[in-house]
Amino acid sequence: MTTTLDQLFVKVRAENRAALIAYIPAGFPTIEGCNKAIAALVAGGVDAIEIGFPYSDPVMDGPIIQAAAERSLSQGTGAADVFAALKCATDLGVAAVVMTYWNPIEKYGVDEFAKSIATNGGSGVITPDLTIEESDRWRDATNKYGISPIYVVAPSTGDARLAKVTARCSGFIYAASLMGVTGTRTSISSGASDLVARVRKVSNVPVAVGLGVSNRDQAREVAGYADGVIVGSAFIKCLLDAKSEDEGLKAITALAQGLAEGVREGR
Amino acid sequence: MSTPESTILGHFGPYGGRFVPEALIGALEELEAAHISSQKDPVFQAQLAHLHLTYTGRPSILTEAKRFAEHAGGARILLKREDLNHTGSHKINNVLGQALLTKRMGKKRIIAETGAGQHGVASATAAALMGLECVVYMGEEDTRRQSLNVARMKILGAEVIPVTTGSRTLKDAINEAMRDWVTNVDTTHYLLGTVAGPHPFPTMVRDFHKIIGEEAKIQVQELIGRLPDAVLACVGGGSNAIGIFHDFIPNAQVRLIGLEAGGDGVETGRHAATITGGSAGVLHGTRSYVLQDANGQTVESHSISAGLDYPGVGPEHAYLHDIGRAEYRAITDSQAMEAFALLSKTEGIIPAIESAHALAGAMQVGKELGPDAVLLINLSGRGDKDVQTAAQYFGIPL
Repeated sequence: MTTTLDQLFVKVRAENRAALIAYIPAGFPTIEGCNKAIAALVAGGVDAIEIGFPYSDPVMDGPIIQAAAERSLSQGTGAADVFAALKCATDLGVAAVVMTYWNPIEKYGVDEFAKSIATNGGSGVITPDLTIEESDRWRDATNKYGISPIYVVAPSTGDARLAKVTARCSGFIYAASLMGVTGTRTSISSGASDLVARVRKVSNVPVAVGLGVSNRDQAREVAGYADGVIVGSAFIKCLLDAKSEDEGLKAITALAQGLAEGVREGR
Repeated sequence: MSTPESTILGHFGPYGGRFVPEALIGALEELEAAHISSQKDPVFQAQLAHLHLTYTGRPSILTEAKRFAEHAGGARILLKREDLNHTGSHKINNVLGQALLTKRMGKKRIIAETGAGQHGVASATAAALMGLECVVYMGEEDTRRQSLNVARMKILGAEVIPVTTGSRTLKDAINEAMRDWVTNVDTTHYLLGTVAGPHPFPTMVRDFHKIIGEEAKIQVQELIGRLPDAVLACVGGGSNAIGIFHDFIPNAQVRLIGLEAGGDGVETGRHAATITGGSAGVLHGTRSYVLQDANGQTVESHSISAGLDYPGVGPEHAYLHDIGRAEYRAITDSQAMEAFALLSKTEGIIPAIESAHALAGAMQVGKELGPDAVLLINLSGRGDKDVQTAAQYFGIPL
């Protein structure tokens, strides 16, 4: 089955550029405000959106996304809000996926979760703490509802394991640019291009790079070798730092515009 | 019955496994390999045995608590004295083993999480002994409650990092330690303090603590000529309990009873009784029982005992519960504190508040089984660290 996400990567390959993928947690900065933030990101030119399922114990996330998750959870964000945000994004015509730690999926029901992703127009789910050894039920559910399971690979992932993990991915492969947690960084680790090159040897699935990408120059650099550029903490920081909701929304649109130019300048 | 061994990738029935960022898989595989090879390596085993003999103070003795037994239905009460180990609890068994493994893997830095500070102190001790750099993550809330242990860790040369995220307690300290590990995994070993976390931790930490039950089994048989009727231990993450249970698992006639922290009472929602009051889920890299809400968010736990104040539990306990080999009960704060005071006054032994949960369990089970019964209790730690909490609880002016 071809998802909106698959169509996006066909399109950006034809345009000889990388896709710009933005991350925003559901219920952030508020449940209402999240829809506005999604619209502001789309207005700025992002190609796809990852809706984060805020989680109480986000071990892959740095302080910025932790702060956003805490703020979201304090407002009672739940699975229904995640699917509503997903629908909001897909209704605006961009490809959208959910990024979530595994326990909320298990609690919601593995099959039901995959079904709700599909019925809300979602293309897939990124699961940063689901190892392939534990993923049989998830593989069956994602197959059944025609959505993409997306796994994260790291610079420490050896070649043999890289082949096994990427064989379970569709939509795209999430390449972590460095060993560490999410957050803005002043430069992109050289490990990122090496990792993407190693993925290319074992898989034809598009590769998107995340962790640490926050500005136009970095987006341009990553677009030189990857199919997608993922930006999360930098957008969230705009919203956290803004003095008003309007100011925050303008800031993320402006940042998205710059990044959208960056992903078109890389090649 | 057969021993429920962890199978491939550390599963205990539907529990256990690995739920971690891919970045950690290499380190977990390396650790698993080091653990397996060290178990078969007579040199490693001799090193660890020598440390236990000359440093830990093993074997720990067995003490019969006759005056305390009068309050436990007259059943014979045998205390396995892990409180007499160096650093004051069973935790030293695991940290010495893992510190030796750290050196075997050629790593020079350890990180650890701590709640009450016992595992942090034990880790700092092992690091000092073996010349390793040591960083301990501790919830900011806990650094205030346990300032004496913070000072102990610093005296031992460790760096203590207060964790200011989430509930600022043990679970958040584990999150922060995992973030450190993802970032520094090449040079660093995460010295996890309990039988939870991703494979191989539940199996490995159990293997370092099973000496408790192996010693106790021989000691009880020498004393009474048979096995005990029940073995009792407190359960937070569950390391001291698995340690004393493990060797008795094949002996089906021996009841295994884990005592969880019931806090204000399981019915109030303010407790840390994960098996009694939780449900199956994934937390900190393993599938087990978890205290969680309808969205799978971890719910904060509550207990007067910082060492049991954790919303998860080791996966092997979840499995032993489900197959009916072990039973788990909740002991409230007030029941635990009653047992704490009673052991102090009847035997001259001040127990850790954690271990007092097992003693409170013994008071119940002894009454149920009567004077012919023999109960083996793991006295997992001593109460020096709890004097301030106890003084406050009993209204003793400081």
